[in-house]
Amino acid sequence: MIDTTDLIACPTCDALWRVAEPKEGERAVCGRCHTVLRAPKEGEATRITALALTVAILLVGTMFLPFLHISVRGFSNDSSIVDAALAFSEGLTTPLVVATVAMVLLIPLSRALLLLYVVAPIALTGRPRRGAATAYRWSEDLKPWSMAEIFILGCAVALVKVTTLATVVFGSAFWLFSILVIITVFQDGFLSRWSIWQTLEQN
Amino acid sequence: MANPRTKLIAITAKDAGLVGCTRCTAVWPLEQTRCGRCKAPLQSRDERSLSRVWAWWWAGLLFYIPANIYPMLITRTLLQEQESTIIGGAIDIALHGDIAVAAIIIIASVVIPLAKFVAIAFLAISSRRGTRVPGQQRHLLYEAVEFIGRWSMIDVFVVAITSALVQLNVVASVTPGPAAIAFALSVIFTMLSAQSFDSRMIWDQIEGDERA
Ligand SMILES: [Zn+2]
Ligand SMILES: [Zn+2]
Repeated sequence: MIDTTDLIACPTCDALWRVAEPKEGERAVCGRCHTVLRAPKEGEATRITALALTVAILLVGTMFLPFLHISVRGFSNDSSIVDAALAFSEGLTTPLVVATVAMVLLIPLSRALLLLYVVAPIALTGRPRRGAATAYRWSEDLKPWSMAEIFILGCAVALVKVTTLATVVFGSAFWLFSILVIITVFQDGFLSRWSIWQTLEQN
Repeated sequence: MANPRTKLIAITAKDAGLVGCTRCTAVWPLEQTRCGRCKAPLQSRDERSLSRVWAWWWAGLLFYIPANIYPMLITRTLLQEQESTIIGGAIDIALHGDIAVAAIIIIASVVIPLAKFVAIAFLAISSRRGTRVPGQQRHLLYEAVEFIGRWSMIDVFVVAITSALVQLNVVASVTPGPAAIAFALSVIFTMLSAQSFDSRMIWDQIEGDERA
């Protein structure tokens, strides 16, 4: 019977490796398919906690601050995302707006909160809370459905589309939102899934 | 191998009579059904993976057809009512002179979805029947499908934002057409199809060929 504790099966191609824990800044890469297997980073729990907290706060700000300023022949209106979403009642618009708000705000927010629940206790006390493994699994499953960055490009396209009908200017929430998209990219870059799983397992 | 600290034990965990967790990379005896570290279900090769891939694939394709036939956006002004499909809307934008924006819509709503249907079908068929295309390239294709596929959702967001914007004034009204829902579902189903694919099958085929 082989001792399996220090073995790694590549999640992408199932190659079986024995890996010495890489040093800070080193990466262990699957020799067959080049998937990164291990990439530890110093102090990552603290850094991810700070980033996830920032993302959560910015998301709440994005929901309620004015996202767009629209004006047509003397009529003008500041609208937050929540205002815009609540303004709908009819027909096909409702499911579309619900899906959009979910993928753009609710899922990113849930991800940030789940991640906080996982890493904040590790950063503060070195020990994860109960259910941290489940929370981390959920946050990973949500990742492909979190589409904030796609929404930004959608805003730009929509703006071009309505120029013939109205004048539209971005509000403060739009810029918050753009910042949080950039932070999310960094956060996912700092995140070393395997270090988190290891920390969760040791406790 | 670039990294001297990594040592190949066996070509695959399956060959060694073990099963690897695709979520956290832990390795367990073949008969174990749940990962002891992350609690994810373990399966050496997901036998039903391909039938799930195809089920979602067909669902996605089925909704992609009405998404292109029915109007995506219905614009009513005091003077006229205009319905535009995905391609019609892109042509309108192009005629207004915004070629770059029209290109974004066409790429995200037509090129990416169609390429994705072909790519997933190719990966699924070749993992069963074999192919001359090297595993490294098929693996890149798989990663591209996973990474780029989500961007198709952009036109759905554009419709939602546009109708939300114009809702707020009295001059015109813009409402989403049935194609917006059909298209959103098509994107979701093809994402699920790609997620159902067990990427380890890409590599099993190659090893099989090399051994034969
Ligand atoms: Zn690999
Ligand atoms: Zn696991």
